Amino acid sequence: MSTLARASVEELAAGLAALPPLPEAEILRAPETGLVMVRGRAGGDGDAFNLGEMTVTRCALRLGPHIGHAYVAGRDHSKARLAAVIDAALQDAALHDAIMRAVVEPIAARQQSTREAEARKAAATRVDFFTMATMR
Amino acid sequence: MTQMTPGFADRVLDAQASFRAILEAMSRPGRVQCIEARLSPPAPLCTAAAAALLALADADTPLWHDAGEAAADWLRFHCGAPITGIIKDARFVLACGAAPSLDAPDIGTDEDPQLGATLILQVAGLVAGEGWRLTGPGIQHEHRLRVLGAPADFVAAWARNQALFPRGVDVLLCAGDNIAALPRSVMMAEG
Repeated sequence: MSTLARASVEELAAGLAALPPLPEAEILRAPETGLVMVRGRAGGDGDAFNLGEMTVTRCALRLGPHIGHAYVAGRDHSKARLAAVIDAALQDAALHDAIMRAVVEPIAARQQSTREAEARKAAATRVDFFTMATMR
Repeated sequence: MTQMTPGFADRVLDAQASFRAILEAMSRPGRVQCIEARLSPPAPLCTAAAAALLALADADTPLWHDAGEAAADWLRFHCGAPITGIIKDARFVLACGAAPSLDAPDIGTDEDPQLGATLILQVAGLVAGEGWRLTGPGIQHEHRLRVLGAPADFVAAWARNQALFPRGVDVLLCAGDNIAALPRSVMMAEG
């Protein structure tokens, strides 16, 4: 789900288009946008505090016997709907592996490489204060 | 969860229309209103009871019910109301089968009469113009209401509930898509 939530709407649509057609989805909770409070905690033993509010769009629908849910950041209703369709289809044992291969894993790999590239870029600018302390 | 059906087709307008129908029913006790929401709630919920809960219940209103697991899943998903097994803790009490007695739910206190629960009773039918004689606030002379499948000795139980005013429970009577209300201020006599 976190992979689907972080994917772009184009990636989800392309992944879904590559699959055999799915049954018509019945919308249980149409995509709706709201705010959720993001809570934070400083260190391991700090008190929880409210970091701020975040825009989230959620959707729930039924695909045959399976119910798919999606909570995605932002206001993109079509993305929440696509993510919920994929979430419901993933619960179908016959489709699960094919969807993992065709949709989820390529997106996960792309997200992983983006994260690593950003981490490398950030690591290149790291200053090691410990080293400066021992230079004296 | 596999039998889950959608809630209101139009969340905003259907909820507002249902709220309006309940408001009309509450302000004119004994007059039968029709809730025109397209809904397919799981059995044994009727359209009016389901629409009333969708319009009124939320995360702050604990709900007690006797409607079974499918209806509980549906109400939890669409209303977000916490389901309680203790009838005294509930703000809304939904009775599809045998109705609990009117003194079972919370009746509020003299300082906080608004804490009195709302009892949603599913009955077999509502017929205006005959049956019980209702008088009180919101009624100019007299309204009459016949409730098919009303609990036995309801008029005597209602007199005890009405004597508690301003404490007491309010009752919504639901049959199909029809709804009528008995706010705690209304006085009732056998017809």
